[in-house]
Amino acid sequence: MNAQDFTVTRSSYAARMAAIIGCVAVIILIAAPWWAARADMRLMGEMFLYLALASLWNLMAGYAGLVSVGQQAFVGFGGYMLFALTIFGGLHPIFAIGLAAVFGAIVSIPVGALIFRLRGAYFAIGTWVVAEVFRLGFAQIPALGGGSGSSLPVGIVKSLAGSRQSREWLSYWLALGAALVVVAIVYIFLRSRQGLALTAIRDNELAAGSLGIEIWRTKFVVYVVTSAMTAMIGALIFLQKLRISPDAAFSVNDWTAFVIFIVVIGGIGTIEGPIIGTLVFFALRETLADLGTIYLLVLGVVAIVVMLKAPKGVWGLIRTRFDLQLFPLGHRVVRSANQNGG
Amino acid sequence: MPEPILNIAGLDAHYGDFQALYGLDMTVNDGEVLAIIGANGAGKSTLMRSISGLMYNDPGQISFNGQDISGLRADQVAAMGLALVPEGRQLFPSLSVEENLIIGARVGRKGPWSLSEVYKLFPILKERRNQQSTSLSGGQQQMVAIGRALMANPDLILFDEISLGLAPIIIKDIYEALPGIVGGGMSAVIVEQDITKALSVSSRVYCLQEGRVSLEGASNAVSREDISRAYFGIK
Amino acid sequence: MEWLNALLQGALLGGLYALFAAGLSLIFGIMRLVNIAHGDLIVLAAYLGLTATVATGVHPLIALVLVAPLMAGIGYALQRGILNQTLGDDLLPPLLVTFGLSVIIQNSLLEVYSADPQKLDAGVLETASIPLGPLSVGVLPLLTFVVAVAVIAGLQWTFYRTSLGRAFRAVSDNQDIAQLMGLNRRHVFGLAMALALAVTAVAGILLGVRTSFDPSIGGGRLIFGFEAVIIGGLGNLWGTLAGGVILGVAQTVGAKIDPGWQLLSGHLAFLLILAIRPNGLFPRVS
Repeated sequence: MNAQDFTVTRSSYAARMAAIIGCVAVIILIAAPWWAARADMRLMGEMFLYLALASLWNLMAGYAGLVSVGQQAFVGFGGYMLFALTIFGGLHPIFAIGLAAVFGAIVSIPVGALIFRLRGAYFAIGTWVVAEVFRLGFAQIPALGGGSGSSLPVGIVKSLAGSRQSREWLSYWLALGAALVVVAIVYIFLRSRQGLALTAIRDNELAAGSLGIEIWRTKFVVYVVTSAMTAMIGALIFLQKLRISPDAAFSVNDWTAFVIFIVVIGGIGTIEGPIIGTLVFFALRETLADLGTIYLLVLGVVAIVVMLKAPKGVWGLIRTRFDLQLFPLGHRVVRSANQNGG
Repeated sequence: MPEPILNIAGLDAHYGDFQALYGLDMTVNDGEVLAIIGANGAGKSTLMRSISGLMYNDPGQISFNGQDISGLRADQVAAMGLALVPEGRQLFPSLSVEENLIIGARVGRKGPWSLSEVYKLFPILKERRNQQSTSLSGGQQQMVAIGRALMANPDLILFDEISLGLAPIIIKDIYEALPGIVGGGMSAVIVEQDITKALSVSSRVYCLQEGRVSLEGASNAVSREDISRAYFGIK
Repeated sequence: MEWLNALLQGALLGGLYALFAAGLSLIFGIMRLVNIAHGDLIVLAAYLGLTATVATGVHPLIALVLVAPLMAGIGYALQRGILNQTLGDDLLPPLLVTFGLSVIIQNSLLEVYSADPQKLDAGVLETASIPLGPLSVGVLPLLTFVVAVAVIAGLQWTFYRTSLGRAFRAVSDNQDIAQLMGLNRRHVFGLAMALALAVTAVAGILLGVRTSFDPSIGGGRLIFGFEAVIIGGLGNLWGTLAGGVILGVAQTVGAKIDPGWQLLSGHLAFLLILAIRPNGLFPRVS
């Protein structure tokens, strides 16, 4: 046995299969307007957006260890940017969505610099305070509807696409695209050197510090990127809703509680986790949502039970049981196909 | 032959996948002072943690005063009359010297040791009673740690490396006080890297090497050669 | 004159915020746990006070005699049943579990009491006032402030002069060695949470007589408590009182400028202090 008999590789058979199945699935999803009913398309669009939000929250909390209960700040910010840029800036909605991401990044820098002074759970509550400040702040702007909010003018809605049907198709594709982009960005980031640094930090902050990795800077970059993308998703969300108000834009329940639930159930700190979590969440919602508060109660109980009994979530259970990783991040040593080397 | 106060039979200890103790057999007789020596990593502190209940052990491996304490929590073991002077002193920084001593008595056992008795043993502590405990010198902190354990009026007291990090003259002072401490019929186990000191105060000695007992004998009967071999694992 | 009155009202309001914060600070000091459900527990106490007064007909402040022990019991059970399992080096479990708890408490209250705003009726106390020079001080706000001072003094006394307080400090310093002293840390943590929730009961009842409440306001109370702790400085209960006062004053002064600015001014004051004095105004080295 010598070194030439082994190679180091990232992928595995399962990962390659998953990639193939994934590509097929994406193609099918892209073609949805031709096989899915309108209501189903709306639902899937919503799922994609939640998947994007969950993947972003997971990047921050699961990998960078920055637990935020205030991401709704940027969801709402993005939504309001969409309205402001289209109504007052006269920009095309899609351009406004992109710009919302840029503005989200810019705003997150001073905000981050401030709340990074807090640690751990206090950081979490700090993010909530920021969200409250955003909510109260935007409620003070009469031009954007003040406390009761405003609707997206018909002209702007029509500028997206001519007919109602083509607008729905466009919304759907935008949502799907956003989810794919977010997951891809997270995946590529985690495979990069920065991503490796992030995982090192997550696993042991003390040790990572001694390796000379700039902890603060890496986490800050993650915070800014996550906030920017969250703002972009927020803009998309409110493009679909066509109406915005401070309470809806900055709702803790809608944009934080549900997202946390998705990530925790699915499996925090994994890329596959948010995907599974989104499926489970929507399955529960479609079956239980009629029960109103009972439904939320059940969510809370399930989240606690999962956190105490199966902290790695559904995907964590699957992964440990079957030693599976569909988005190959780690390296593994396998026997070479060619035993003679060369 | 009276029951040993502490009986260890086949003790295994693990840290995750790493095994630190392999089927250890050991006894401490009532009223005796036992020394345990060994190099760093030999398993001495693991042994102390197991006995005092800070580490989980499978049932049936440790019995104290005739009762199986293997699975008990540290606070339950303490209530039964077993006290540990932990490695590195480990005083409570938020408590003053006197509060550290008082909290040692929390198990509520009756006996000769009280606050005034501890102050008689270590008069300097009375002077510094209201000072923050970690502001004391190393030697004085060691006195507090010992006093704290004594306040529990234990039947068996474990000293884990009390000479570590202390100047030789301080070590000498503390070891001179030791007979006064254990004279009253208390049994003691002294874990030490300083072999001379350990042998000078004890009647029997065990040597640990890589998680196993490599030597057992009377302290005044073991030869330097035997100890060297046992200490370093030379066959 | 109006401004002087605003300052006074703000300072007294600070007493209520300090009460919100005291339980939070206590738990963080002893077990490094930040309870996201803390605000919802304050609201729960207010609702328990409501049920107690409706069932027995007593004055809300007397109802404390029932509510405080009940909340203490809930705290002990909560800690030993759920929260003790989340303690450790990982910061996610306690955060996420207490977040889940927050959702559960809010929605349980919604189920049982509905979303209608409620208020505890303190009768004559609510409108009575005492003249203080040119100003008149409401009896209730003054009472709240006095109670806050008394509670903090009581907590300090407990912490530094009783054997329970010694146990709290020892377990907080070094859990393992505290066990060697015969302290069962799970029990000690349970007692700590029981004490914290007893304080929370006081906060909840005083909140309930002061303003109307509904199941959704928990988050806001948590934030006020948290801001008071951070402004005052970690590890210092009297600092927390000062933090509460500063927050209260910022809010009432802001409201004087524009009623819609009340909450925002408080948050901005908090962020300002966070920017220039990140460790708070009176931090104790921890």
